[in-house]
Amino acid sequence: MNIIVCMKQTFDTEERIVLENGKIKEDGVKFVINPYDEYAVEEAIRLKEQHGGQVTVITLGPSRAEEALRTALAMGADEGVIIDDPSLFGDEYTAARVLAAAVQKFPYDIILCGNQAVDDGSGQVAVRLAELLGIPHIGTITKLEVAGGKVTAHRDAEGDVEVVEGTLPVLVTAQQGLNEPRYPSLIGIRKANKKSLTRFTAADLGVDAGAVRARTEIVETFLPQPKTGGRILEGDLADQVKELVRALRTEEKVL
Amino acid sequence: MARKFLVLADLRNGNVRNVTYEILGAARRLSGGGEVSVALLGKDVARLAEGLGAYGADKVYVVEDAQLENYIPDAYSSVLDRLIRTAEPDVVFMAHSAVGRDLAPKLAARFEAGQVSDVIDVAEEGGDLVFTRPIYAGKAFTKVKFREGRVFATVRPNNLPAVEPESGRTAAVETVPSQISADALRTFIREVVKKSTSGVDLTEAKIIVSGGRGVKSADGFKPLYELAEVLGAAVGASRGACDAGYCDYSLQIGQTGKVVTPDLYIACGISGAIQHLAGMSNSKVIVAINKDPEAPIFKVANYGIVGDLFEVVPMLTEEFKKVLAE
Repeated sequence: MNIIVCMKQTFDTEERIVLENGKIKEDGVKFVINPYDEYAVEEAIRLKEQHGGQVTVITLGPSRAEEALRTALAMGADEGVIIDDPSLFGDEYTAARVLAAAVQKFPYDIILCGNQAVDDGSGQVAVRLAELLGIPHIGTITKLEVAGGKVTAHRDAEGDVEVVEGTLPVLVTAQQGLNEPRYPSLIGIRKANKKSLTRFTAADLGVDAGAVRARTEIVETFLPQPKTGGRILEGDLADQVKELVRALRTEEKVL
Repeated sequence: MARKFLVLADLRNGNVRNVTYEILGAARRLSGGGEVSVALLGKDVARLAEGLGAYGADKVYVVEDAQLENYIPDAYSSVLDRLIRTAEPDVVFMAHSAVGRDLAPKLAARFEAGQVSDVIDVAEEGGDLVFTRPIYAGKAFTKVKFREGRVFATVRPNNLPAVEPESGRTAAVETVPSQISADALRTFIREVVKKSTSGVDLTEAKIIVSGGRGVKSADGFKPLYELAEVLGAAVGASRGACDAGYCDYSLQIGQTGKVVTPDLYIACGISGAIQHLAGMSNSKVIVAINKDPEAPIFKVANYGIVGDLFEVVPMLTEEFKKVLAE
């Protein structure tokens, strides 16, 4: 089975966001595989373990994203592909067009992606990619079974579970709960560090950067008003409870 | 400038969800006299069309088909594709919900258009529509505009101001055949397992009662559910509680998980890891109940009670019961 995973490197979710000249500061930040993409990587490796085949991991991003690719390789993916050509960095429209061009360079039966990235949180690129490739998708899955060209997935639909069926080729997007990603083994890490990665530029992909230019534009990035911390209630517990309920009703008017 | 809008009505359990009215309010405000139409898709949904006019719809396209009872990407996208070509909207609005999140990017790709997801505000600035949306789950925000092409946007529930319905205002209702051929559907739903424990959806809830590691067990969520029931609230959880197996991941609130902005968020036994705070700190009023006075959750809370949740939560439930009965 030929399995492709598209993934993104993101800030660790425990990182704070700091702005410098209106841009998000990256110095000293810990980067990880986007947690939702990590579920996709894990599921891809499990599919390979079950059915045989090959897992190719593709990322679009700056050269620092190489580290995330190596982590995926250390987990058990076979090949890593990085598109680190800055002329191809844009919005979700751009990313999907570029990834579609890259994916088409490889054979695939199934494509796995995270359902969204924890940075931009748009949840667009994977679904767009399926549409551009002309294959169906099943979004936000928490369970996946592939047997004899047939796919059965559990889709998380706002708490309800839809049992969705389809056939290969298909693209699925991983939701939390799909699996528990493994830690790379020491041997895995050593092997991964020696592997050579495939690098694609706009020319390699035959993509005209102007033609995939972002449709959207960020006008401003800003931080929320810092919270100062409120009132810690004091006194007898019964009085605290009474006072809280009173304040919520008469001052905050949220009840 | 007159703009035409097409809004996909977001339905749950056979009803129009509030977020649809919130979107219609914004569409009406920004249309500059352009037509605001609604796409109403589902099985037996025609009865819902009438009510949409009062919230700002000029026209409602009703598409009924048993194949539209549940969301299937191929079925919904083929209908919407046709409606977009018919209505030629400048802006396509959907809810940032299980359906809209999945459907909007599919259509945006098909129409070679940009999309802005999870919008919490939209305004007109210098002739452009400018959308505000959270990034890093609300640790920061961006304002986004479109350079070219049709606008696709998904809107987060509970954020755009609700508008009062204008009684007597009506929309033209047009019934459109679905033209879905079952052969063209590449995926199908074999079964829907209803797991939502309360009737209240987390992302649209006005009040959320949420539990963390301090809840200690699946059973420990019981007092939280009791409080939620009295308040008509949804129950959520921190990643710690989900990872420990106390509850389902579908309840998780945080940077991984759901991002929520209710009017009232009651955090019980949640210490307040950065990744959790990202998912809830933009709630209007936050109450924290925690044994540890140093817990970071108190830094974002409007009200804090330092104490054992198993003691405090039942007392709160009783007090709310008493006060709400008055």
